Amino acid sequence: MNPLWLLFLLPLITSVVIHFVLKQKYASIAALVGTISTGVTLLIAIMWVSGSFSLPTPYEWIKVGGNSLEVGLIGDQLAKGMMIVVCGIGFLVHVFSLGYMKTDEAKARYFGNLSLFMFSMTGIVLASNFIMMFIFWELVGLSSYLLIGHWYRKATAAEAAKKAFLSNRIGDFGFLIGILMVAGITGTFMFSGMGNGAFSASDGVLMAAVLLVFCGAVGKSAQLPLHIWLPDAMEGPTPVSALIHAATMVAAGVYMMARFFFSIELDTVPGAQVIAWIGGITSLVAALMATQQNDIKKILAYSTLSQLGYMVMAVGLMAPEAGMFHLFTHAWFKALLFLGSGAVIYACHHEQNIWKMGGLLKKMPITAWSFIIGTAALTAVPFTSGFYSKEGILHAAEGNPPLFWLAVTVAALTTFYMFRLIFVAFLGDSKHEYAEDAKEVSPIMWAPLAILAVMAFASPFLGQLIPANDFTPDTGFHMNFITVCSIGAFVVGFILAFLLYKGKESDPLANNKIMKVFANKFYIDEFYAGIVKWLQDIVAAIVHFLDEFIINGMIVGGLTRTAQGFGNLFRKHIQSGNLQHYAFLSGVGIVLVIYFTVFH
Amino acid sequence: MLILALILIPVLATVGIYFGAPAKLTALIAAVANIAASIGAIVTESTFNLNVLSTPNINLSLGFIDGMSIVMLLLAVIVTLAAVISGKCPEGREKLWYSSSLLISAGAIGAFISKDLFFFFAFHELALIPTFLMIGILGRGDRKEVAWKTTVYLAFGSIILLAGLVMVGNEIGYNMENLRALAAENQNTAALLLIIGFGTLVSLFPFHSWAAPAYASAPAPVSMLHAGVLKKFGLYGLIRVGLEVAPEGMKHWLTLLLVLLVCNIIWVGLVTINQKRLDLMLGNSSVMHMGYIFLAIAAYIGGGTTFALQAAVLLMFAHGISIAMSFSLAASIEQKTGSLELNQLGGLAKNAPRLAFYFGLVGMASIGLPGLANFAGEIMVFISGFEGWNKADGLGPVQIATIIAIWGVVISAVYMLRAFRNIFHGETASRTENATDLTLEEKFPAILLGIALLWVGIYPQSILQFLN
Repeated sequence: MNPLWLLFLLPLITSVVIHFVLKQKYASIAALVGTISTGVTLLIAIMWVSGSFSLPTPYEWIKVGGNSLEVGLIGDQLAKGMMIVVCGIGFLVHVFSLGYMKTDEAKARYFGNLSLFMFSMTGIVLASNFIMMFIFWELVGLSSYLLIGHWYRKATAAEAAKKAFLSNRIGDFGFLIGILMVAGITGTFMFSGMGNGAFSASDGVLMAAVLLVFCGAVGKSAQLPLHIWLPDAMEGPTPVSALIHAATMVAAGVYMMARFFFSIELDTVPGAQVIAWIGGITSLVAALMATQQNDIKKILAYSTLSQLGYMVMAVGLMAPEAGMFHLFTHAWFKALLFLGSGAVIYACHHEQNIWKMGGLLKKMPITAWSFIIGTAALTAVPFTSGFYSKEGILHAAEGNPPLFWLAVTVAALTTFYMFRLIFVAFLGDSKHEYAEDAKEVSPIMWAPLAILAVMAFASPFLGQLIPANDFTPDTGFHMNFITVCSIGAFVVGFILAFLLYKGKESDPLANNKIMKVFANKFYIDEFYAGIVKWLQDIVAAIVHFLDEFIINGMIVGGLTRTAQGFGNLFRKHIQSGNLQHYAFLSGVGIVLVIYFTVFH
Repeated sequence: MLILALILIPVLATVGIYFGAPAKLTALIAAVANIAASIGAIVTESTFNLNVLSTPNINLSLGFIDGMSIVMLLLAVIVTLAAVISGKCPEGREKLWYSSSLLISAGAIGAFISKDLFFFFAFHELALIPTFLMIGILGRGDRKEVAWKTTVYLAFGSIILLAGLVMVGNEIGYNMENLRALAAENQNTAALLLIIGFGTLVSLFPFHSWAAPAYASAPAPVSMLHAGVLKKFGLYGLIRVGLEVAPEGMKHWLTLLLVLLVCNIIWVGLVTINQKRLDLMLGNSSVMHMGYIFLAIAAYIGGGTTFALQAAVLLMFAHGISIAMSFSLAASIEQKTGSLELNQLGGLAKNAPRLAFYFGLVGMASIGLPGLANFAGEIMVFISGFEGWNKADGLGPVQIATIIAIWGVVISAVYMLRAFRNIFHGETASRTENATDLTLEEKFPAILLGIALLWVGIYPQSILQFLN
């Protein structure tokens, strides 16, 4: 067997063994098995990058006549690099979880589902065709659902899990139609068969297909208007937020679009402008929302939305490599920030409100300094990884002034809300006894933070680990217009955060009317709740009413009454019990068959 | 000869039960024996023929016309085994309970292995009688009303179907192996009779409203056998007979069929969302999912290839297994909590994690999660909907129907996840506080059907190989 199949089989078997053999009884063994299995897949992925494996023969999942749907692997740098991200961060998150979930009463279920996620995500990354990608796309949806709902007895967690699944389903509705259209246009589901002019039809058809495929990314990568599920998904355990809802799964939408754009080999893709704008608007709106969140994880969640918007914008600007480069650097430093927030939450007795923290730099220096490094990367401080990748995105936006200035504004906002977090939670005085008691976490938790902190600097220099085809990142420092804008945005954001939040006990902007709109997420959730209520409850009730009283009542009822009349007549004369009564009409059928066939 | 045993085993078991054999054990043995006999009959390609009438030429002719019969037979025997172990028989009614299940099974099997139109029809009719009886005598709620409505409805469908079949028989004979297209002037009439006749039996919109109350009222084994197996008779017939004898007629009514099946998915889907009881929700969802199988048939009519028909058969199998598993588990939920009202339950996963697992598994199957059988069928159906698409022409009626139908994937996720959340997630409700988990016996149907769902989902060729 080709060792690359182990990338699938190891996590799958691990998940099955944990769920059905080890169970909660052997939870600690389960945790170790899950971690080791992920470590092995990381090793295999690294060996693969160094070029020692050939691709295996695909498994023919469905074969009908000439049609074949297969599970096969793709092995370009885009896939290999993404595999490193998934396995690398997956492994660190597993290690961190050994500490974070140590005393959880459903630890085995947690690690079993984490392995299920590793399996599903591998499938998305290595899919050689759209149907296979869709299969694993749905499976990551399942593992995300299970992990968000890990503490399912909490109503908010149960609701958040459901919301995530349904929002993704809405995106997948378009995605599936898009896949079918792409296959109709190119004649194949295989990515390798879509290039070379195969993707050609009228502009309208192409644009429809591209935008429908993009719907899948809108769901998975939480772009407007389906972004609402991601902040709620923070109900899941924090390491899950780091792995799934920051670094890997939510980036799958960007990965998929990069894969698609790379496969169709077009210089300009119809509908790309729409994609760029949806990404741009998402990044701006999410950054505005982030400025007024008080939950440490929610701030990071909106930040993730905003950064995903950046990546999507880059794809739409026909620079998917820039988007993938940012995906790569972002994965490491955002995982760092999320795990860091996990360490903070763990140390503060599960307090998540930054206004009840403060002074953590002194209490937990390793966590705090790694968090600050992650923040520096996210806010694009020169010589951090985020600086280079953000530069790439600004370059891509250069030809589109409105989007360029939007991106610069978002950069300033990012610095503002991140340093607001730093000033409030890590500096100043402790604002609550929990923060007062906070202690540095154990090495099993801070070691992953330290490694990720190194990656926050090193990731741009990893060459062939970067998931983008035919791409070398620009890791030089050139003082030009774009760099000036980037650094300028940082300075503005930092100064504002410093002036407003240094040493503050409560948010000075909390009573501002505009800020309230941001804090309430532009009331989009409320707006949807209204629509859903209207659609689901009222329309469904009307349809139900029509079904019950018109179709059932008039048509069927009439029929029933007529037949009942005959039945009663029949019953009166025969004086029989239930049996004949019910068998009557059926019996009539048989008699009629005999009559027609024999005597006709 | 072996193939005759497939019908004789359940019938003889019924006779045995009538004369005092231990009902449950006999039924169980018969169900297991029938699985063995099926495998034997499939491997040996067994046939049986007995001339019953010479003019018209009617034969009790049994055998596998093609792989579709084999797949339907497998579905029938698997679900039968699960059904005789499911549900809780009221004390003293064992004879009626178990013999009805066996007779429904015998009738369904008979219909699927008949090679003669007369017996094809008659076996299905015979299976309906115990169905009505079980609803009328042992059903829940408004059982008489429901039984009566179901009877009227299905009899209405049967009679229309009968008219269509007689038209076919008179023109080209009753041998189902020699079906060919009717004369052009008869095709439209025949096609309409067959669509409405078979359609009513499969709860095609607007002839669907009998189904959900019937499944909700019927004892679990009956819902499992009817929704899972017997109902597939109509789809089987439409493919086997309808498409053969009236290909042009079917094209003539294609638009009508598309409109009706879209209503099955969207209209009934919305009705399903609005259900407050699990059993009614499952019943309606079963009606809704018939729309996808009709879509595959429509895709074939509208220019598809045999890929569409194989999609239909695969989905029939998958749906049969999954709906049977749903009804089996719903019965367990009711036994443990005394309720199926969605707003009275909650937090059941804590006390009954295995029940939650199996219900989650089948719920995910029914909303089309990959890795489970229904997804393989559904994705094939959707692909077949775009098979006849020419990118230069814009979207045709089949493609538009397919696109609307895909929205059903969202609808079913809405009601299924809501049900799962209300029953299993959240704080424990008073009704679920003292609930216990599945016993080994209760688990058995779920394990059997769950493995079938996984097996076919991961390795669909296990079913498709019969159809190539």
